[in-house]
Parts: sequence; structure tokens; C-alpha cells
Amino acid sequence: MTIFDKSVEGKIAFSLPEEKSYGFDPESTLSEKYIKKSSTDLPECSELDIVRHYSNLAKINYSVDHGFYPLGSCTMKYNPKINENVASLSGFANLHPLMEEDDIQGALELMFDLQNYLSKITGMDEITLQPAAGAHGELTGMLIVKKYFQSKNEKRKKVLIPDSAHGTNPASAIMAGFDVVELKSDENGILPFETVKNALDKDVAAIMMTNPNTLGLFEKDIVKIARIAHENGTLLYYDGANLNAIMGKIRPGDMGFDIIHLNLHKTFSTPHGMGGPGSGPVGVKKELREFLPVPIVNRNDEKFYFDYDLKNSIGKMRSYYGNFGVLIRAYAYILSMGNDGLKKASELAVLNANYIKCNLREIIPPAFEGVCKHEYVGYPGNLPKEYNVKTLNIAKRMLDYGIHPPTIYFPLIVHEALMIEPTETESKETLDNFIEITKKIVQEAKTDPQIVIDSPHNTYVRKLDEAKASRKPKVRWNKSS
Amino acid sequence: MAKYTKTHEWVTVEGELAIVGITKYAVSQLGEVVFVELPEEGQEVEKGESICNVESTKSASEVFAPVSGIVRSVNEELEDSPELVSEDPENKGWLFKIEMNRQEEVEDLLEEKAYNEITGD
Repeated sequence: MTIFDKSVEGKIAFSLPEEKSYGFDPESTLSEKYIKKSSTDLPECSELDIVRHYSNLAKINYSVDHGFYPLGSCTMKYNPKINENVASLSGFANLHPLMEEDDIQGALELMFDLQNYLSKITGMDEITLQPAAGAHGELTGMLIVKKYFQSKNEKRKKVLIPDSAHGTNPASAIMAGFDVVELKSDENGILPFETVKNALDKDVAAIMMTNPNTLGLFEKDIVKIARIAHENGTLLYYDGANLNAIMGKIRPGDMGFDIIHLNLHKTFSTPHGMGGPGSGPVGVKKELREFLPVPIVNRNDEKFYFDYDLKNSIGKMRSYYGNFGVLIRAYAYILSMGNDGLKKASELAVLNANYIKCNLREIIPPAFEGVCKHEYVGYPGNLPKEYNVKTLNIAKRMLDYGIHPPTIYFPLIVHEALMIEPTETESKETLDNFIEITKKIVQEAKTDPQIVIDSPHNTYVRKLDEAKASRKPKVRWNKSS
Repeated sequence: MAKYTKTHEWVTVEGELAIVGITKYAVSQLGEVVFVELPEEGQEVEKGESICNVESTKSASEVFAPVSGIVRSVNEELEDSPELVSEDPENKGWLFKIEMNRQEEVEDLLEEKAYNEITGD
């Protein structure tokens, strides 16, 4: 039931003072078309109705604060509460983006430092904090690629992307005006040097890669690929979705990447997925600095300032300076973890994924052999064929046991894929519980498959009609319905 | 008799026209179809070329032209009722008809038995 359905005509939660005109008469000030004539149909509820409505919604919500959330490729790590404390300090929380530089030196210093920390973590020379999320960062990166070749008077149309990539990669490349060429991963789940070599020609502007890739495997040919790409004048783009596997171990800049994006809401513990806006900073090597969106934060002898002096800038990617509240949280996280802490986080993320892999491999065999990085991609063996229990059913059954299922049916190249990313913040007890639940479900699938197929049984709503929701989406409430 | 491709399209021939859709097996793998992006009528296609997309709750998949020729008609019913592809893939859920340039290309397509061996049915 929505808040609109609870509306009763005449109910109010707050009494406004008597209406005064303040000398403003809409009829004479605004032109006809801006004056609303019909009712806005806002819900009419008492304060208590409203409080109960949202408290009850919060009760049926599920988040990483409620329980295990092993959504692959999303890095749903715990967001430490100290991040929230720092972001709510009034010196940050009460800023306005139009304030004078002189009055926001603290905020600018934070942004300047964050740019530098992210540069150091990734091995890049310059960072923009502007993009609002990962895919927005990708688009920023691809527009930089485009402008770079324009500035050299070179026309290059193609972007190479492996078949294991996130779907946003080809979408971003196409949005920036490139043609996408898909490259096949090999039988070990990685992109071989030879495949890249054969696909390269003078029309290839960039190669977009994720490392470790979406199968959780390290692209071991990366240095050779970077070399041959650069010999061809091609730029190498790094999708930072999986940075959580490698912090303090190896840096994209050292692997040979020219442009990267990060997801602060994945790797740097800021709220994620409807929990708040994202942030997708983009990093570049110094040769590409002049193409970054303006402004970046810089400093001179006297103060920190917004630097608009980038001669080939692609322009602005977002109003003002990015999602500042998110930047504060990432900054707090980096400082509270320190160098050693970030490295340890990546080590534990990888250890946790391999712990799950080793314990589940008999029933959820790995799609590809070898030690995985921060996530484990497997499939449910012969369950789909012999018992008609698909990955989707297993995922829904997990809801009955009170945990969030992992990512399913991605990457696309793995049939009936389950993609499990526990992250470093989960304890051995939580991982063991997940392993036990998974084993139990697989057992159920063999002895009583229907209970798994018909799941979920214990959730607030039963199985949703995803097909109908996609075919005939209803995204707006209206009174007649 | 329908013929098949390794990429899970079926083809039946009516005179000059090849009627094309995706197979029951393809549908069983895709999950519920929620949207079909059809090719343009009059579009020239080469055998093996990707010419339209089928989106399901799981993923988006390309459909490849099983023969070369010109697209003469598309199944417009799918615009409002993409579920026909899930419900009746090898009949009401047909996708498009191609006027063939080289009718002999049909000979290269798979017989039902050979196709079933690929899918393991």
C-alpha cells in the first residue's frame, strides 16, 4: 500500500500559518502555462500515519545492515558508521555549492586530498571526482578517448571489449559514438594476448577491460596487452568495479591503463544501490589531464581552488562538483583504514571468496578453475537438467532463509551463473551460515524440488512477475488505479 | 519441416520466403521474453549477421539471419505481446520473414535431429 492509498481527505500533519501573499501574485507574475489548475493530489495523512508508513517500509527492507548481501560485482561491503558521523558534521552538511571558495577551504582540501589518495591507490596522475556513478564514469572516460583522438586529428571508431565485460561498457562506448567489437574470453575465462593482437588495427581507439574480470579471474596477459595497445596508439580503459580485489597489491596505472573509473560506493564503503547516490571518479595518466571535465580541485601557495584551466576539457559532466556527501564518506573510509588497512581489506575479500568456493565447489562447481579473486562464479551443477531447479529458484529460496542471494545470470558467458562476492567485512560465521544454507537448498532441490521452484514462501511478497513488470511497467501512481 | 541454426534460430520456407524465429530450446534458456527489437522491413541482411534482439528477464540476446536476403515482413504483434515468443516460439512467436537471395543456403541449415544433438535433447 502506498502513502497515497492511505490518504483521507482533510487530514493534515502540520498546520501552516495563515496564508500571506508576500506581494507575489502568480496570476499576474507567471504566464498562463505555468499556473497549475488541477489539484496536485498529494496524500493527506496525519503525522502518525506518515511515521508508521515509513517505519513499516523500513521494517520490510533488506540491506547490508540487516544481513549478508553477497551480490557479485557490486561489492556490498559494510559501510562503517564513522563515515556517516563525519559526513554529518555541520561544517560539511550545511555547505552550499554556490558558496565562495574562500569560505569552503576545508571542503576543497578534502576533495584535493581525496583526488590524491585515489591517484596513489590506482597509480594514476590526476582524478576528477565529478561523475555521479560507475557508468557515468565510463561515459566520461569514453568522451575523453574521443576528444583525445580529435585533438590529434585521428579518426578512430572502434572500441574492443571482452565478452565477460559489464553491459555498461559497450553501452558507454556506443553512447560516446564508438562501434563496439566483442572479444572472446578463452577456455580459462581470460582474454588472451593473441585475441587482442589479432583484433587491433589503426581504427581501434580503446580497449575496455576489468581486472580482475567479472569471472573473478586476474587477466594475466594485461601487461602484454597494454604494450601492444600502446604500440598501436590505442588507449586502455579500466573498469574499476573490481578494485576491491587488488588494493595495495597492484595498481591499474602500473598495469598500463590510461583511464580508469572507480566506484566509491563499491570499494570505498559509501552507501550503495538505492541507499544513496553513487560516485564514479575518473583517473587518467598525465598526458590525458587536459581532457578531464572541469573543474578539478587544485592548490596554489595561498589556497585551494576550482581549476578550470584545462585546455581540451570535455566540459562538465555534472552540475557542480560531484556527489560531495559521498566523497566525504570515502575520504573518512580511506583515512580510517590507512594503507595497510586497504591492503588487508583486499586480502580478506579474496580469502573470503575462495573460502566459499572451496566449501561449495562440490555442489556449485566453478565456471573456471584456478584461484579466484574477490568473487566466485559457479553454476548449480546438474540441478537445472535433472531436477528442473534453476539458478533463479535457488536464489529465491535463499530469501526464505533470510539472506540476500548473490548475482545470478551474470556474466552472460556462464550458463546458469551464480556470482558470489562476500566482501572482506563478513565473518567466518556468516560465511559458514551461507554455505550451510546453500547446501541445504541444493539438498532440497534433489529431495523436494517443488519447494525450491515455488519459493519464496516466507517473504513479504511471493514470487514477483518479473516478466510483466518489464513488459508493462507501472512507474507512476495515479488515482484511478 | 523446420530447419535450424547453431545459434538457435528456426527457419521454415514458404516459396521465396524464409520465416524465422527462435527455438523452444532458446526460449527455455532465455527465460521469459519481455521485449523484441525487430528488424526493419526492406532491410538487406547477410547470412550470419546479427539483425535483431530478444530481451528476457535474464539477458538480451542477438538473433542472427539464417539466410541472406531482404526482410519482407516482421511480426508486429510482438511489439505489444512479446510473451508470444515465450509461449509459442515456433509458431505465433515468429520474428521476421526474409525473401531469400540464395535459396540454396537453406540446404546448409541443420535438420531437427542434428539440432537436437547440439542442445542435448
